Amino acid sequence: MAGLKEKAQLMNAQDLNRVIRRIAHEMVERNKGTDNMILVGIHRRGVYIARRLQKLIAEAEGIKVPCGELDITLYRDDLTTLSEQPIVHSTRMPEDISGKHIFLIDDVLFTGRTVRAALEALVDLGRPQIVQLAVIIDRGHRELPIHADICGRNVPTSKSEVIEVRMEELDGEDGVVICERDE
Amino acid sequence: MNVMNSDMGTMSWRHRSVIDLDNWTRGEFLFFLDQSRHMENVMDRPVKKVPALRGKMCVNLFFENSTRTRVSFELAEKMLSADVVNWSVSGSSTAKGETMRDTAWTLEAMGADIVVMRHGAVGAAQYLASKLKHGIVLNAGDGTHAHPTQALLDVYTAWKHYGDLEGRKIALVGDVLHSRVARSDIIAFRTMGCEVVLSGPPTLMPREVEDLGVVYEREPRDAVKNADMVYLLRIQRERQQDGLFPSVDEYHRWWGADEDLMKYAKPGALAMHPGPINRGVEIASEVADGHQSVILEQVRSGVATRMALLYLCGGGVR
Repeated sequence: MAGLKEKAQLMNAQDLNRVIRRIAHEMVERNKGTDNMILVGIHRRGVYIARRLQKLIAEAEGIKVPCGELDITLYRDDLTTLSEQPIVHSTRMPEDISGKHIFLIDDVLFTGRTVRAALEALVDLGRPQIVQLAVIIDRGHRELPIHADICGRNVPTSKSEVIEVRMEELDGEDGVVICERDE
Repeated sequence: MNVMNSDMGTMSWRHRSVIDLDNWTRGEFLFFLDQSRHMENVMDRPVKKVPALRGKMCVNLFFENSTRTRVSFELAEKMLSADVVNWSVSGSSTAKGETMRDTAWTLEAMGADIVVMRHGAVGAAQYLASKLKHGIVLNAGDGTHAHPTQALLDVYTAWKHYGDLEGRKIALVGDVLHSRVARSDIIAFRTMGCEVVLSGPPTLMPREVEDLGVVYEREPRDAVKNADMVYLLRIQRERQQDGLFPSVDEYHRWWGADEDLMKYAKPGALAMHPGPINRGVEIASEVADGHQSVILEQVRSGVATRMALLYLCGGGVR
């Protein structure tokens, strides 16, 4: 990404995969099995994390949990203040989410605004029984009363830093790095 | 031209007011089509509404009656949570010169962010856009000049069926001379890489159509031959009084689309029409209601593409 200087690696491929595996187990544990469970990944990286979680849960439990994807672009609270419009991506749910146990999945939890938008988008799609949030990295700096139910790692950061979760499917490699805005 | 910056998830969409499509690149069309697809997805949800244009005020300013275009825009605006005001001005005498400039300034003083305008005079939308200081104008048809949102929904409908439109053939049959739909469609489908062939009575053809990069065939069968899309243009019955064709029946016999004409097109070719249809004039019921007809899909596409246009051009700060 332009304007970003890589500072340090937080996780290598093996670390990241261990974290995703633990999250998969924790989800099934919290849900007491896989009944009524739907994984919903937030665009873009959350979608790929959700697919991996689906695969890992299938390996452990022998059940393929339904998996959807959510784009929050049209629900962002900063649309009227941005000079360029964000690109809209697809929103797809595998089935009606009403009454279901949703695990919302994203790579990094930061201000909480993405999650707020995701909750609003979800409610427009149905009325889930419960919505829980799973993230790979919680980097702090919350601007809204939102917390992660399952978190891979807490990483204290400064606001000028950027956390990049890299996924093989998108970036050609797995891992998490911390970058500094190069200005 | 690459309009997307996928790393940042934003794009540089350079169009604000949309008067015509002659300055849109193929890349911009493709990006627009992709965004329209996601907008159509909103139409299938239990709650058909997203908050993307919350707080924006849209004025639908119609100097000519067009209930379906107005309703389509209004639905699109409402699905994006914009505030909507419908301003209908009947009669064309009030709509010229100073009055229109004053209308523009009045709208702006009221806080309009987006003005959707239909007007009988060529260049009206361009004129309005030049008089607004902040608001943008989306042309919903200006005289015989342009009808960009109709062309966008037509391209979108075809694109959903065929994917890439490069090398596809579209035949436009009917009154091209008075048709802003035809003009915008010619531009749009040519930009997408389509071959465009026109047919219709010579009295209803503009002169020097070749300058538009299209071919004219007097015989509709020749025009439709191997076409992927057969597009029937609306015939206004008043044109008969102007002496441009002898009678409605004769028009239908010569130029109207029936099953026989459709046989000359490729198997499975799409039958398209901007609506409202004149059954038994430019289109026979057997075609309008037949399995090749995508006329109702076009109506649905109209809402999705107008949502995309409103979102891309009307959002953000100015």
